[in-house]
This record gives sequence, C-alpha cells and structure tokens, in this order.
Amino acid sequence: MAVRSHRARLFSDGATHLVLVAGSVIMLVPLAWTVSTSLKTLQQIAIWPPQWIPRPVMWSNYVEVFRRVPVALYLRNTMVIVSTNVLGSVVTCALVAYGFARTQFPGRDALFMLLLSTLMMPYVVRLIPLFVIYNQIGWINTFLPLVVPALLGRNPFYIFLLRQFFKGIPEELSDAARIDGCSELGIWWRIVMPLSKPALAAVTIFAFQAGWDDFLRPLVYMAGRTDLRPLSVGLYLLRGGAGQIPDTHYMMALTTLMIIPVLALFAAGQRYFIQGVTLTGLKG
Amino acid sequence: MIGRMPVAGRAAAARPRPSRGWLRRWVGLAFVAPWLLAFVAFDAIPIFSGFYHSFTDWSITGSPTRFVGLANYREAFTRDPLFWKAVTNTLYYIGFSVPIGIVTAFSVALLLNRRIRGTTLYRTIYYLPSVVPTVAATIVWTFIFETRRGILNWVLEFLHLPIVRWLSDPAWAKPALIIMSLWGMGSSMVIYLAGLQGVPQELYEAAEIDGASGWQRLVGVTVPLMTPTIFFNLMMGLINAFQVFNSAFIMTGGGPFNATLFYMLHLYNHAFRYFRMGYAAALAVVLFVVVLTLTAIVNRTSDRWVYYS
Repeated sequence: MAVRSHRARLFSDGATHLVLVAGSVIMLVPLAWTVSTSLKTLQQIAIWPPQWIPRPVMWSNYVEVFRRVPVALYLRNTMVIVSTNVLGSVVTCALVAYGFARTQFPGRDALFMLLLSTLMMPYVVRLIPLFVIYNQIGWINTFLPLVVPALLGRNPFYIFLLRQFFKGIPEELSDAARIDGCSELGIWWRIVMPLSKPALAAVTIFAFQAGWDDFLRPLVYMAGRTDLRPLSVGLYLLRGGAGQIPDTHYMMALTTLMIIPVLALFAAGQRYFIQGVTLTGLKG
Repeated sequence: MIGRMPVAGRAAAARPRPSRGWLRRWVGLAFVAPWLLAFVAFDAIPIFSGFYHSFTDWSITGSPTRFVGLANYREAFTRDPLFWKAVTNTLYYIGFSVPIGIVTAFSVALLLNRRIRGTTLYRTIYYLPSVVPTVAATIVWTFIFETRRGILNWVLEFLHLPIVRWLSDPAWAKPALIIMSLWGMGSSMVIYLAGLQGVPQELYEAAEIDGASGWQRLVGVTVPLMTPTIFFNLMMGLINAFQVFNSAFIMTGGGPFNATLFYMLHLYNHAFRYFRMGYAAALAVVLFVVVLTLTAIVNRTSDRWVYYS
C-alpha cells in the first residue's frame, strides 16, 4: 500500500511538472520571440519556417530605433507620468490611508464606502465628461489630466491597500507617541510609515507599472502634442495598419526596450509584487 | 473647480488651533481631504456632467449644444446598427475570457500549491507576462498571430493542423484576443495561490482519513473554501472585460468587419473620431448601468455560493 502510494505520488508529481513546464514554455516563448526578432534582419524575419537564432545578430537595430524614434523624449514623458504617479501614491495615498485606517472622524466610514465604490466604477464613465471639463479649463494637451489626479491621491486601489496594511500596525505605538505629545502627522511620518515599507514598496511598484503602462489617457488627453507622447503611445503609433507590423525588427526592439525596465523592477521587487497582489485579493 | 484646490490644500496642511477636542475630532478629515477633493473634481462632477451631457448633442466642434432628451439613448437602442454588434462582441468576449481565465488561473494555482520542487521559479514564470505593459504585450501578440510570419501558425503547421488567419478572419479575431488575455492571467493566479495557502491543512487530512479521493477533496474542501477568492476574481474579471479596449484598439482597430468592435471601441470612435460627445456620454451611461446591475446581481447571488467562515 505504502509503496503504491509512493509510486502514485512520483507519477503525479511527474505529471504536474510536465504540465507546468509546458505552460512555462507558452508563457516565455512570446518574450523570447520578441527579443529574437528584435535582433534579426528583415530578410530573416520573412523566412518560413521561422528561425530562432538571429544570424547575423543585428545589435544595430537598437541604434536604428533611437535614430528613427525620439526614444529619449518618449522616455522623459513616460517618466513624468510614472514619477508623479509614484509620488502621489506613496505620499498622498498614504496620508489618506492613514486618515481612514487610524483616525476617527464623523462620516469616515461613509467616505470609505464611497472610495470603495469608485474602485468598482468603470473608467469610461469618467473619460468623456473629464475630456469635456479638461477642454474647458485648458488642460487638454498638457500633462495636468494625468498629473493632478495622481498627486491628489485619486487612486482608490493604493489607498485601500495601504489602509489594510496600516490597520495591522498595533494601536499602542500610536497611543504612546500621542502621550509624548506627537501630532497625528508626526505619528504618520515617524511611526506608521517606517513600519509600512513592504506595503509602500508594493504600491510604488504598482504605481510605476500603471504609469509606465498608461495608454488610453495620454492617447485621449494629449493627442495634439507629439512632443508629450509617452513610450506607450509612441510604440502604438509605430505600428502600421490592423493586424500587421512593418519594420518588425525596429518595432520589436522598441517593445523589448519597453519591457526590460518593468521586468528589472519585477526581478528586484518580486517579493513586494506578490505581497501586494496577495494583499488585494485576500482582503478584497 | 481648480479654484477650490489651494483652499483645501491649506486646510490639510495648516492646523487650526481652537479647542483640542475640536482638532482631535476633525484631524482625520484633513488627512482624507486631498482624496476628497479629487473625488469631487474627478469622480462626482464628471459623473453628474456625464449624465447631463448624455441628454445633449454636445460635440467638440463648437456647434451650439442642444438638449435632446432621450434621443441619444433611442438612437443607441434602435438606430445604431453597430451598437448591438458592439454589445454582442463584448458579451462574447466576456462569456469566454472570464470563465476560461478563472479556470486556467485556478488550475495553475492548484498545481503550484502542490509540494513539489521549483514552485517559486514556476510562480515567477507564470506571473511574468502580467507585468509586461499592455501596449508591448499587444504588439508582441500581433506578431505572433500574423498569418504568414507568426509562430502560432508555425506551431499549427508543425502539428499538421490547418493554418488560421487569426486577425483577418472575423471568426478568429475574438478567440485570438481571448488567447492573449489568458497569457496575462498571472496576477489572478497569484491571488488564488495566496488563498489556497490559507486553506487549513487539517481539513485535507480529515478528508483523507474519511477516504476522500483527490477530486472529492478538490470539490468538497478546496473549492468551497476558495469561493471568496473566486468571487473577488470574478468581479474584477467582469469589470475589466466589460472595458476591454487596449488590446483590440491596438491589434485590430475593431476589425476585421467589426468582429472585435467592443463596446469601448464603439464609444471611443463616437467620442474621438466623430466627436459626438453627447452620444458617447449616453453610451458610457448605458455601460455604467449595465456593469452596476450585473455586479449587483453577482453580489446578490454570492450569499448562495460564496462561503464565508
């Protein structure tokens, strides 16, 4: 009996690995294929069946991309969006989360319910009216529609996540500081924030990723200014008509350049990524 | 609207110093004030003005705006042939991508929850695609789906299966987008995995002693205890699938023959191609009501199938 169950276990473990490896290949092939294509000549890309190893290895594709596309400008614009997004979430969202998690005031719970409801609301409901409003106050074709909401902490998901974490910090620490005459702002900055580094790291990563990925808003709100395009919009505009990609090698080189930073961030902070995702799901 | 910002900013920063009781009572509101301001400016006002604009023929071109009552809504439901096309396309996408996504992510999480070697590495690999920026991922998959150069057709040919014109055949364009969406299931997989790790081990041992098979343990123990996590992912999946935009916009632009004209694309076209903001606002209101109703219904049914310990 024991022998049989041992054998059964070995068999099922083997089968598990088999399935997982097959799945891993499916997950990784698109990325490998992108990098491989980015290093090929256009002639080699057209060969059927496809060849995996670029021959010759065209590192010059990457140089050419910088010549054809204002990558540095796009990167600067993306960084404006990313940095304000990160700043707004780490500072403003953390302040707001502190208010919801660790202070009492009349109407607090009602306001928090309001915040949760915005979490569920489709963005499109606000897209058109916001366009109208931004148009009236002269914000169209500036960074303001992306920067101002972020800096004011209009990011219910990060507030929610940080609040969950703040609630877990023992109340006695705050009480002790209050007796010592520390203000609420002081408690937030000197006690709660230093103890919340993992949650802040997770939020930083999410905010970075979201800013890096932002596509629809820059597309809609900044369409008239080619010099304000972020990487995402720049990459989109490189592609040709529907379902086809001209200059595939350059396109894939720029795609690779756009993927590398987030993968590097993921490699550096994987623990916080997973922790952050977990924090969302379990308490959602 | 902007005139109000500095005032509230000052209220949050400066600390009025009447009685300490008053301060203690309201200091929390000062912390919340920036978000509250953002809520008023970027949520409340836009939603109300969106409702209002949905009853007008507002257009960005500068022609005077008139109040048209329910005309926009009537047009959507009765005269706009692409409206129902967009609705059915979106329902097709939701109907397949959400359940398949849940089953796939849950199954992978189950496999990764087994005590085998290399789970950390596997988890990293399966999560990896979901950090790839949407635009980049879509470009990558556009190339994979290409009829004559794409590796997907190469695999089909290798398996002696007929080649598919993924993005130019109306029958295959939606399945293509669903396949691509499955590639990014990593974050919901991680949420399931975290949930699975919270299932008490004793329950499995007890079930095993009672002679339950692996399948019985899955159906009798794991799935019931995981229903809150499944519920969460279902809600999020529905809300996101209703708003599917980037992938179709970049990959197919709504084609071929409007096969991937999803609701959001239809709305985008009216707003930013034909500049019919009033009509687009009405489309947004319809979507809002549908999402609200559907999530409310799912929420209602939840006490029948979601198990809260």
